[in-house]
Amino acid sequence: MNTQTPVASTTTNNKRISQWLIEQKSLIALLLLIVVVSLINPNFFSVDNLLNILRQTSVNAIIAVGMTLVILTAGIDLSVGSVLALCGALAASLIGMEVPILVAIPTALLAGATLGAISGIIIAKGKVQAFIATLVTMTLLRGVTMVYTDGRPVSTGFTDVADQFAWFGTGSALGIPIPVWLMVIVFAAIWYLLNHTRFGRYIYAIGGNESAARLSGINVDRVKIGVYALCGTLAALAAIIVTSRLSSAQPTAGMGYELDAIAAVVLGGTSLAGGRGRITGTLIGALIIGFLNNALNLLDVSSYYQMIVKASVILLAVMIDNKQK
Amino acid sequence: MKQAILELTDIVKTFPGVKALDGASLNVYAGKVMALMGENGAGKSTLMKVLSGVYQADSGSIRFKDQPVQFSNPRQSQLAGISIIHQELNLIEHLTIAENIFLGREPTTRMGRIDWQTMFSQADKLLAKLKVKHSAKTLLSELSLGEQQMVEIAKALSMDAQVIIMDEPTDALTDNETESLFNIIRELSAQGCGIVYISHRLKEIFTICDDITVLRDGKFIAQAAIADIDEDKMIELMVGRQLDEQYPYQNSCREQTCLSVKGLSGHGIDNISFDLKQGEILGFSGLMGAGRTELMKLIFGALNKHQGQVHLNGVELKINNCRDALDQGIVYISEDRKGDGLLLSQSVKHNMSVCSLPLLSKFGHINQQLEQQQVAQFIELFNIKTPHQNQTIGLLSGGNQQKVAIAKALMLTPKVVILDEPTRGVDVGARKEIYQLINQFKQQGLAIIMVSSDMPELLGLSDRIMVMHQGQISAEFSRQQATQEKLLAAAVGKTQCEEC
Repeated sequence: MNTQTPVASTTTNNKRISQWLIEQKSLIALLLLIVVVSLINPNFFSVDNLLNILRQTSVNAIIAVGMTLVILTAGIDLSVGSVLALCGALAASLIGMEVPILVAIPTALLAGATLGAISGIIIAKGKVQAFIATLVTMTLLRGVTMVYTDGRPVSTGFTDVADQFAWFGTGSALGIPIPVWLMVIVFAAIWYLLNHTRFGRYIYAIGGNESAARLSGINVDRVKIGVYALCGTLAALAAIIVTSRLSSAQPTAGMGYELDAIAAVVLGGTSLAGGRGRITGTLIGALIIGFLNNALNLLDVSSYYQMIVKASVILLAVMIDNKQK
Repeated sequence: MKQAILELTDIVKTFPGVKALDGASLNVYAGKVMALMGENGAGKSTLMKVLSGVYQADSGSIRFKDQPVQFSNPRQSQLAGISIIHQELNLIEHLTIAENIFLGREPTTRMGRIDWQTMFSQADKLLAKLKVKHSAKTLLSELSLGEQQMVEIAKALSMDAQVIIMDEPTDALTDNETESLFNIIRELSAQGCGIVYISHRLKEIFTICDDITVLRDGKFIAQAAIADIDEDKMIELMVGRQLDEQYPYQNSCREQTCLSVKGLSGHGIDNISFDLKQGEILGFSGLMGAGRTELMKLIFGALNKHQGQVHLNGVELKINNCRDALDQGIVYISEDRKGDGLLLSQSVKHNMSVCSLPLLSKFGHINQQLEQQQVAQFIELFNIKTPHQNQTIGLLSGGNQQKVAIAKALMLTPKVVILDEPTRGVDVGARKEIYQLINQFKQQGLAIIMVSSDMPELLGLSDRIMVMHQGQISAEFSRQQATQEKLLAAAVGKTQCEEC
């Protein structure tokens, strides 16, 4: 900043404002969406409905945060849905065995981290493309889940522990559902990670130019494995919310979640080529998808058409984004 | 005066916020080679893009063969007979030479099937004309860079180009390849082609060009016959001020050995040893592929060595990766800014601090105030022209990018600095500044290794020069002994001359 003259800084300020507006277009689109839908349907803008939307969004949003980190390194993680299913089944069976939640939940999260790290190791050390590696783990872990659960839902049972566990999905604090709190905490933590820590800087560097990152002394393999492990951990956290809410784990849980998460990341303006993007964008992207789903429900649009509308919105957003570049 | 085949007059082109061209003009004559000169950012590339139809001029006229023309895309200009050979070649590696030459214009049979026979035979004819010793069926990836350039020229010829524009054609070529390129250029101009030659290398301009046109800040400055102009005058026209001595050499007087490399081998490098003193600039010369970059990357830990040791101030270093080298005071500034030097899509600040983050952070948390201060300090010290620290580095000129790359390394307060082609793609004015920076480091007692293919630069700055050939040191010269001829002789592997 200190290289600027005062005159130059006023003009750049104007420029910065317009730049900011352009950058915040997804936010503006979100606000517009809210205004339009609340005009059409007054029920939309009730506190209950808004909290409901946020709660519904939380699972996709938390997964999308992990996906953002992975995509920033120019990778992709298709296995999040399967990680969710396996970790959910693990959590449910631990709770079913009345393992205290303070043990069961960290165990499930650790399992998510480990499964993510395995994908990371295959990618970083095995030099397998992220798409292929996580396609493999996606299929593999879904199979493991099916074997583990025998293809049947795993109930958390009707014990005190199960009741405690249910709080994560159904409880609330200060009038706000717990999943929403978890989403907020995850976003704040990852925002800090990306903007104020070395690890965050390294994630951007690797996505920007991997060989330059290596020559800059960054341990690329370690950062990558860490990122996939984080992504797995967040998928496990999403698993806990889903399992807790249903009081059981479905072996088919999380199918297609990877695509919703990728959609949120892309809607948020993060480049699939890596190195560019913001976590706040992902939050907005996830909210757009959540609000859109809800609005289409309120407007009585059939779920078949909903898919078509969703696809069109994403395509439109991405094309506008490309045009600006 | 002879009649120009192509005339660009008073071209103006404005981008949001920048006037890239402001009355630029250029005449190209049939059978002549016209040098287009100017610093980076002078508007050479923009002018060429206007000519080829990538951009549309705001005002001004283009006349080609006495007809006013306007191209709305590069294909139109190619069909009209104007071909550009870009610095970065537009070729596809997994296709054959012939497929590359006729890409998008494949000769077809009446059934719409590609007529391979015609295609290969036509391509072979073109290659023979250019004296390329490969069959048209050879895959492009098997060719050297110089040969790939010949394929680009063949492509231009296949379209009956009457004007061929070459943008920094020799940047990646060895001296031999450059020589054969020059022969081709002479032949083409003898056949009546008009050639525009863009290069930063003044020597080449004097060797190959007939006339020069100078642009500065998007404006036409001068056109002159090469015979009427000398190097100093040309630089003066380009920078608009006089540059004093181009290579400011300073004597070094320290004697303490700083870096010592013993029997280093691996990745084509065969048992190399040398010592480097504090405050010394050791130049490395050699042809492309001689292993200079590989040697530097072995020292820096970017490649794994098979054998050998690196000592710093008498202590053997354990270097397994780049981080180890950086931590122990050895920094490497890559030859390839785009490929592995910089994070082009990210900010000046993030680029400059990326190596130093361990020093700027505690428990992983970055002290951003400290970071900003340090970056500001280096921006000032290195005179880096950027509107602010958060500017995307890809938008800066080559010279400023290079300065950021050097600042990034120097932020670590290293003991040994390895500069690989420090002025590639850097304009004359910024070059001078980089030389002065290098000399400053020298005065501070840093040990400096400079790999360069630019002979005058190497001869002008180095205290000692080593020449590499096929992964080995083929000769070593002191500053006094070294001449361009000797370096070249050693680089091509001739047995060492008697006096050294």
